[in-house]
Amino acid sequence: MRKYSVFALAREAMRAHTGWDRQWASPEPKADYDVIIVGGGGHGLATAYYLASQHGITNVAVLEKGWIGGGNTGRNTTIVRSNYLYDESAGLYDHSVKLWETLSQDINYNVMYSPRGVMMLAHNVHDVQVAKRHIHANRLNGVDNRWLTPEEAKDICPPLNISKTARYPVMGAAFQQRGGTARHDAVAWGYARAASDRGVHIIQNCAVTGVRRSGNGHVTGVETTRGFIGAKKVGVVAAGHTSVIMEMAGVRMPLESFPLQALVSEPVKPCFPCVVMSNTVHAYISQSDKGELVIGAGTDQYTSYSQTGGLHIINHTLDAICEMFPMFTRMKMLRSWGGIVDVTPDRSPILAKTPVPGLYVNCGWGTGGFKATPGSGHVFAHTIANDNPHPINAGFTLERFRSGRLIDEAAAAAVAH
Amino acid sequence: MSAAQKNRIAGKGRLNAAKPLRFSFDGKVMQGLEGDTLASALIANDIHLVGRSFKYHRPRGILAAGVEEPNALVQVKRDGARTEPNVRATVAEIYDGFAADSQNRWPSLEYDIGAVNDLASPFIPAGFYYKTFMWPAKAWAKLYEPNIRRAAGLGKAPIEADPDAYANRFAHCDVLVIGAGAAGLAAALAAAEAGASVMICDEQAGVGGALKFETSAMIDGQGGHDWAVATAAKLAAMDNVRLLTRTTAFAYQAQNMVCLVERITEHLATFNADTPRERVWQVRAKRVIIAAGAIERHMVFAENDRPGIMLASAARTFLNHYGVAVGRNVGVFTANDSAYHAAIDLKKAGVNVAAIVDWRDAPAGPAIEDARALGIEVIPGAGVISTGGRLRVSSMLVQAKAGGVSRLIPVDALLMSAGWTPSVHMYSQSRGRVVWDKETGRFLPGAYPQDAISVGACNGAISLSETIDQALAAGERFANEAGRMAKRTALKGGSAESFEGGVSGALLGADQGETVKAFVDFQNDVTAKDIKLAVREGMQSIEHVKRFTTNGMASDQGKTSNIHGLAIAAKALDREVPQVGLTTFRMPYTPVTFGALVGHARGKLFDPARHTPIHAAHVALGADFEDVGLWKRAWYYPRAGEDMHAAVNREVKTVREVGGMFDASTLGKIEVVGPDAAEFLDRMYTNPFKKLEPGRLRYGIMCREDGFIYDDGVVARIAEDRFHVTTTTGGAPRVMTMMEDYLQTEWPHLKVYLTSISEQWAVIALQGPKAREVLAQLVEGVDISAGALPHMSYREGRILGVPMRLFKMSFTGEAGFEINVPSDHGLAVWEALYARLTALGGCAYGTEAMHVLRAEKGYIIVGQDTDGTVTPDDAGLGWAVGKKKADFVGIRGMKRADLMRPGRKQLVGLLTKDPKVVLEEGAQIVETPNQPVPMTMIGHVTSSYWSENCGRSIAMALIAGGNDKMGKTIFVPMPDGVIEAEIVKPVFVDAEGGRVHG
Amino acid sequence: MLLIHCPYCGEERPEVEFRQSGEAHIARPQNMADITDEEFEAFFFLRDNPKGVTFERWRHVHGCARFFNAARDTVTDKILMTYKAGLPKPDITLPEKTLALTVDPGVSGRSLLPGDAK
Repeated sequence: MRKYSVFALAREAMRAHTGWDRQWASPEPKADYDVIIVGGGGHGLATAYYLASQHGITNVAVLEKGWIGGGNTGRNTTIVRSNYLYDESAGLYDHSVKLWETLSQDINYNVMYSPRGVMMLAHNVHDVQVAKRHIHANRLNGVDNRWLTPEEAKDICPPLNISKTARYPVMGAAFQQRGGTARHDAVAWGYARAASDRGVHIIQNCAVTGVRRSGNGHVTGVETTRGFIGAKKVGVVAAGHTSVIMEMAGVRMPLESFPLQALVSEPVKPCFPCVVMSNTVHAYISQSDKGELVIGAGTDQYTSYSQTGGLHIINHTLDAICEMFPMFTRMKMLRSWGGIVDVTPDRSPILAKTPVPGLYVNCGWGTGGFKATPGSGHVFAHTIANDNPHPINAGFTLERFRSGRLIDEAAAAAVAH
Repeated sequence: MSAAQKNRIAGKGRLNAAKPLRFSFDGKVMQGLEGDTLASALIANDIHLVGRSFKYHRPRGILAAGVEEPNALVQVKRDGARTEPNVRATVAEIYDGFAADSQNRWPSLEYDIGAVNDLASPFIPAGFYYKTFMWPAKAWAKLYEPNIRRAAGLGKAPIEADPDAYANRFAHCDVLVIGAGAAGLAAALAAAEAGASVMICDEQAGVGGALKFETSAMIDGQGGHDWAVATAAKLAAMDNVRLLTRTTAFAYQAQNMVCLVERITEHLATFNADTPRERVWQVRAKRVIIAAGAIERHMVFAENDRPGIMLASAARTFLNHYGVAVGRNVGVFTANDSAYHAAIDLKKAGVNVAAIVDWRDAPAGPAIEDARALGIEVIPGAGVISTGGRLRVSSMLVQAKAGGVSRLIPVDALLMSAGWTPSVHMYSQSRGRVVWDKETGRFLPGAYPQDAISVGACNGAISLSETIDQALAAGERFANEAGRMAKRTALKGGSAESFEGGVSGALLGADQGETVKAFVDFQNDVTAKDIKLAVREGMQSIEHVKRFTTNGMASDQGKTSNIHGLAIAAKALDREVPQVGLTTFRMPYTPVTFGALVGHARGKLFDPARHTPIHAAHVALGADFEDVGLWKRAWYYPRAGEDMHAAVNREVKTVREVGGMFDASTLGKIEVVGPDAAEFLDRMYTNPFKKLEPGRLRYGIMCREDGFIYDDGVVARIAEDRFHVTTTTGGAPRVMTMMEDYLQTEWPHLKVYLTSISEQWAVIALQGPKAREVLAQLVEGVDISAGALPHMSYREGRILGVPMRLFKMSFTGEAGFEINVPSDHGLAVWEALYARLTALGGCAYGTEAMHVLRAEKGYIIVGQDTDGTVTPDDAGLGWAVGKKKADFVGIRGMKRADLMRPGRKQLVGLLTKDPKVVLEEGAQIVETPNQPVPMTMIGHVTSSYWSENCGRSIAMALIAGGNDKMGKTIFVPMPDGVIEAEIVKPVFVDAEGGRVHG
Repeated sequence: MLLIHCPYCGEERPEVEFRQSGEAHIARPQNMADITDEEFEAFFFLRDNPKGVTFERWRHVHGCARFFNAARDTVTDKILMTYKAGLPKPDITLPEKTLALTVDPGVSGRSLLPGDAK
């Protein structure tokens, strides 16, 4: 792999950039692999990269039904943070943030991790209680997160409306400085390039149509639109399509897939310095390096694989944004899109072995998977390589729904009174 | 005609020379005419330099005459707050006093420091930022990113709140027609005359579409544009038609819901403050006719972006509609016939046409003959390989396709046409899959997933007669399908012009060489070379190519660039276009103002505020309010000189010493009626209800099937078959929904009716030693003496002559009542009680005092002391779970292994070692304070207050194994030190519980 | 925004009047207290989440407030039919080109059998 650097750029500038290699190879699939990863999104590609780089398992194929990074990796609002309440979540997401901090250097690809700060607004007494509970738990877990008064919040984010007469006045905010954004496409491409360089096969336009198992139930490979491909182990990292793939292996999942829409404004000069999220007013916003306001909120109400949702959801999202930032009503929506998010009953992911020997699953990231991409790939690779979870993902099992040992981040923010 | 408008051609165009108006650009005041766009007015004043490109800051002019404009973006400034970035000059209609500035340049449009990027362009090809700015690691966020951000972006976001209003309407119709060009008008006319209810919209200020420039068009014996104006007038006069101009169909949603945005005031110099600036129409149409036309593509050759280089149809529109010549010595570079008509029209208007360079080897036909007959030189089989000029094009360099000597031809404008791209945006948004027509190199609509059809140029029609035929047939058919067949419409239309043919992709080595810049996407500065680079780096899907190069991702959304990008990528990959990727479009068709989508949902209408029937009394008492869900609840009642702390201290003390009253009207209330009502509640709540006697109350806990606490409340048995159930304030809707769900779908055989009565009853909690004395003065027909009305009883009677449901209960630990009266009487009853209570020294107390009082007794608040992971046992409420019941919601969930596990977090009380220290709610608890981070947390503080009644702080907490740790010391590490506290039972006042019986 | 035919009101109304309420035809076990952990997991947590025809519950919350069922294609989001709670799961095979079709099977009245209405 040719190293990317300012010097390489300068050298290539002299010859019209004709010397760049393909970022990742597109080989024909082999007859079999040690590990097949189903799903070429960020999490799947990261898993393949860490299998190769951390565990020396390079006989790996990533199968992608479309183009890599074309699912939720390329459709999210790129927010990175780790200020989760429970020890298990804080451990997993902060592991990820630590990897984000050096990811560009690790994979020699600028993923533009931008720790510009994530501000989560509190609009009522209950929000304040929940925010402080998070802040204190984060502090004792070594995760940065601090309380801001409304005035301090406005100092950091000047467009914020902190008027006492707002419908839901801002009572303060939790602020994680290490939170921020990263460049979503770069994450997929950077991991693909680094994995490909280590021998991983990245095979696009290859949809999995079946999971083959031996007499003793162990996975032996997958049927695909390009024929059968054998594998000793299969990791399913298929996001919204996880239920569909797992059903091929006879496993019914605690998942539902919902459309999640997002939008960007036209690009403008820098006007929004951090990420702001509000659960009560219900929207989140940041500004991309290109200048677009990047905006999202909740899912549509029905399950769907259409990557399309209703305009009324977008309307409500913008209602919320313009309530918090009344100067933005004259901005214009440039693009909108939808992804398919797989949601678990406790809103926490599943990163685990399955009842099928040799089959592993990484799913259930709901609306917040992008931030976890490096950490998720890292511990999932460990789980596959060792047939045993990493301590960081040990709690994120499939069995927790049976035992009741949930990691219920959503419940922890329960509406009061 | 003003001398300043040097390019305005007398006798051309449709604007009225007698209606001049003033406008300014970059502070320079100029004159235009009523009906001008900023673009036409600037060109009239011989200004082509309008903006700078996004990345290289190259000087840019006006490419188009419509919404596809990528270059001429300006900041419109009506006043301080009313400013809008990235407005297309080709769309902005000027009014007297209109002002706009150029964007993305410093210090000026003519001399822009950022243009250094253009010199550095060899170092910053597509995707360069992925390959550098990685050293040192921290520098990205600190140094590189801020600089990139400053350089990027175009216009500036407003910084003041928007004073304008926006509106929203819903509409239904038989037929919605998108576009009011020849196709749309003909289709609408056919549908309307057949009797259908029709809506027709067009994004432009006037109707006509391409008829604005297509001068040879004749319809129904009239000139095309005259026919369009007359037809629009005819349609507008029909009762069954709504014609909307300046109205863009931007979203095609499920089941034929099409969303339009109508621009109402932006083109006006003055307007009423309450007139909406824009209005979104959500139209549910039985049938949709898409008549969106086609968009001309530019030619991709080196240096194709200088100001003065524009689409041929744009030049023709400026001439034929606005009466403006785009130059005095123009060149043309085309691959089809349609650009010839621009040359012919300009020549006839007195503009010199330097040459028509035709990519085709042997162009022939009437258009070519006409051009030659006018003395225009036609250079076939050749292309423009470069251009000259800095802030405006000054020459074109022409070379035969076969190579050889190139020829420099001076020009002051260069018109291009690579062909016409059908506007399949709305079709694609309707979830249709476009089909690649290899022969003509176009994407056309395929099968229709919804009840819609495309007609005219967006459906691939290349002549006016074909367009009219398609449109009439569609209009008639859709009207008939809606059951309307009043009249058939006949129209004949035709034109000598054809819109077929063209090329896609880069021409004559425009994708070669080291410094060649042949722009595909002007705004994002994407060149043909960039697309080839993307392919070389392994981007094989058009989606990867787009994302890597940002081609088609600018504010024009690739209207002119997408097909070129596809063609270049396909050629580089040696594949057919559809194998590289199909074009799919998502809403919006053009950028849509946030405010229009928000509509009325701003400020007070963002979310309705709920007020109790007693709200006015709280306002009169000077209460401060807190938001609880949609409710505004009285939080505390500060008196002169009191802060919140002092007010709450007074309120809680007064309640225990004298008495207090509290507005509990926000509680959810459900009446459960029917012979099986008790059986139903027995199943819904963990508690048993069948044996509850009429006239008695019971505290109930509701779980979900998972066994965690979902809601709680007091249930009154009013009669054998009738219960009055209360829920938490926030839980009211979800509890009602859950009850209905079980009743309707699990136990439909139970004879029960549920009625939400939350809004029917105002509730006043009257608590404290004097409560009975106060109440006794006002009630009739009910004996409220201690012996007759024990704690947890229910009676009906009258108070002040109005019906009353009286709950003898307490959420304070004092003897108390909750008095339910019909909402309309709530305020009067409150005021009567208040007068008598305060005469005895009592007071009103708010939600904060309520919280302190209940915490002093250890009563939980669902959602504060529980969080969806707490079982009844965890909360110390195991007694409320009916052990003998065969079934209830949650019975199985709470028996799962983890919910039965010893050492779960249990609700306990906490007393800080230092009684003055009040713990922070949400603070985390550890067993040993001197651990390294990450610490092992055993729980957290759920409720914590200064208790004036106890003279010290009190708290409740969920602590792992808390019930077994009574008397133990725990630690709360805070940033400024560790707080020690002792685990106690969560009862801090009247542990024996005698006071409630007082 | 979907248009949904409420089988109780007999009208097609916009989606905002309705709340989707999860997968249909998952009946609460009659012997709830006695089921195994696996059965409880299957009842409360596991879902088909199909790509294709799904059977789901809706409530006409801003209308008649009744719960009913719908068959919907999760690829196109088209509602194939809606039917009253308590009616059996219809046998639906997707035609080549699915059409927006909402039919009321015309059975009225509440099911009186416990448990089969979901």
